[in-house]
Amino acid sequence: MKVRAQTSMVFHLDKCIGCHTCSIACKNIWTDRPGCDYMWWNNVETKPGTGYPTLWEDQEKYRGGWELRGERVRLRLHGRAKGLANIFYNPFLPSLDEYYEPWSYRYDDLTNAPPGKDQPVARPVSMITGGETKIEAGPNWDDDLGGSGIYAAGDVNLAALTEGERQQLFSLERLVFFHLPRICNHCLNPGCAAACPTGAIYKRGEDGIVLVSQEKCRAWRMCVSGCPYKKVYYNWGTGKSEKCILCYPRQETGQAPACFHSCVGRIRYLGILLYDADRIREMAARPDHELVEAQLRLILDPSNREVLAKAREDGVHEAILEAARRSPVYRFVKEWRLALPLHPGFRTLPMLFYVPPLLPVVATVERDKYDLDGDPFGDPATGRLPIRYFAALLAAGNEEPVKAAYRKLLAVRLHRRSETVGDVAPEVLERALATAGSCMGEAEDIYRLTTLAGFRERHVVPPFMREMAIEAAADPQKRKGETGTGFSRPPKRGW
Amino acid sequence: MDDSILFVMFPYCAVILAVIGGVYRYYADRFSYSSLSSQLLENRTLFWGAIPWHYGIVPVLLAHLAALIVPGWWGVLLGDPIRLAVLELAGMSLGFMALAGIVILIARRLLHPRVRAVTSVMDWLLTALLLLQVSLGVHIAFTYRWGSLWYHHTAVPWLRSLATLLPDAAPIVHLPAAVRAHMVIGFVIILLFPFTRLAHVFSFPLRYLWRPWQIVLWNRRFHPRRQKGRAGNGNHEPAP
Repeated sequence: MKVRAQTSMVFHLDKCIGCHTCSIACKNIWTDRPGCDYMWWNNVETKPGTGYPTLWEDQEKYRGGWELRGERVRLRLHGRAKGLANIFYNPFLPSLDEYYEPWSYRYDDLTNAPPGKDQPVARPVSMITGGETKIEAGPNWDDDLGGSGIYAAGDVNLAALTEGERQQLFSLERLVFFHLPRICNHCLNPGCAAACPTGAIYKRGEDGIVLVSQEKCRAWRMCVSGCPYKKVYYNWGTGKSEKCILCYPRQETGQAPACFHSCVGRIRYLGILLYDADRIREMAARPDHELVEAQLRLILDPSNREVLAKAREDGVHEAILEAARRSPVYRFVKEWRLALPLHPGFRTLPMLFYVPPLLPVVATVERDKYDLDGDPFGDPATGRLPIRYFAALLAAGNEEPVKAAYRKLLAVRLHRRSETVGDVAPEVLERALATAGSCMGEAEDIYRLTTLAGFRERHVVPPFMREMAIEAAADPQKRKGETGTGFSRPPKRGW
Repeated sequence: MDDSILFVMFPYCAVILAVIGGVYRYYADRFSYSSLSSQLLENRTLFWGAIPWHYGIVPVLLAHLAALIVPGWWGVLLGDPIRLAVLELAGMSLGFMALAGIVILIARRLLHPRVRAVTSVMDWLLTALLLLQVSLGVHIAFTYRWGSLWYHHTAVPWLRSLATLLPDAAPIVHLPAAVRAHMVIGFVIILLFPFTRLAHVFSFPLRYLWRPWQIVLWNRRFHPRRQKGRAGNGNHEPAP
């Protein structure tokens, strides 16, 4: 056993309103530079939908992540020799058109136009060439277009559904969608890091944040393909790959990541998970239906004495262990098993977890009345979005962990309804809790952390005290007046 | 121009400047080391340019180098007429491939607005020189046949004389103008290496063949496991 710590996040999808505030906060801090204009380290997608870049989930097209070959996993993109052979031309690199061509408008034309018959307009211009452009796509081009025959119908996860179920999804009365915020998963078995020929991508020992060394990157762009979530982006200006840094400069000073901090629905929880780094390869190579369970097995109990002793020996700091004991992520993921990893089938062991949204699955409308206490798992026709869809999205096709999460979420709802409205028969509640394998106390805990938790309960990560750890001996004035992340220089294109 | 300037002084100056420039750039501005790929901006034409270019030019360059570094083996290799013919044919076809590649790459830079937007003056200079150099190379290969053989008896002794610091331009002064131009431009390109994107040649990541799949770095200067028995460093660790 080798214990390492991982900063990890839970997204409660029932609380996401799809406002994109997280994306904007991130954009304004990190990617508001030439060359990064098309990057969205944080983006919010509408599901069912094709996402950004278009069809990123389709690994036949993009070859991201790992695949099972016998007992072992190997990169879907390439082996070592092929990686070098494809270095001059990466056959699976998405082109900019699969993201979108970044644009702005000629706002000056609005005020500088000479007097004339027509109202002046601001024409769109490409942020790359500066010339006039035709806007054909954007980072959230299919926003809220659930049920659209062009966008939603292209969703890769719909392949798991029967033809009948698919048709239902697109009938007018049953249109349904929900939002999926995405950032880098800071995986335990990152495909980007393995695909990088130079070895420029590394995982931080202290908190597991995956970073691209800007000085080592040589623009071989294999990381872009290697990441199945398409969360490494190529900066076309500087010729370097960039990705979500989980706001480590903010975290090191005890602040929450920008996306987390700005979240309007307070859907995000940030905490520490301890895991066994020795078993990463083994757990990534489990068969599809065991992947969720395998990942849970990697995550260690932060109250276990043995784990704690080993963690101290392996260099996990006491403050991090303390945070791990109070981790809201641990409760959601391992204790309650409510939060599931996004596409565990890519076998990168992603460390962001999603509580599946209850409403699109269980809500049925009968005689103009919302009904929540029906059995959503008995008849797939009553749920608006079939369980199989979420199984494809969050459990590599295994319906069991998704159903278990839904049973518990439903039990919590019934519990709160009986508390506040009082119209739930005790035996109905009893039965719901029993099927969920839960109890009143746990339901109350889930309710509290879901709805009432304050900032300090949702964000449990210790500041790293970098000034004490590394920079105690450095001249504090050394970097004054410079800019940048990781390096301090104007981000200008190379020689 | 005086031969000793072109074929003795200039090569030395070019190599010295290239080494100093490369080392300086590596330590002062490592961030700028990049192949500056434009594949993201334009994907389709690049395939028809970059693949023939790289797969054509790299073996040709390696052959130039091999003859220089191990002339003995090279001589043995050329001893057999069939081997010589195969080598000559392979060299010509690879040269053609590279030529087609660089023409496509230049056309792509000229015609595709997104790629043109990220092309610097040095890029234009470099691609123009490469086009000129490869055209000269192909021209020489066709006009003065069996280049792999006479290269072995002219340019190789000259280059080796330069490398051993006993410069002697005599073996090459009477070669045709095209060949001599090819040599001078070769050193101009060497000179340009560290000052252009050509620097990416030296970061070819051969280590990928054996490096671990995952790299873990610790930020902390004092990892507790390594500081065992070293008292007093404990408070360099982050405190809660």
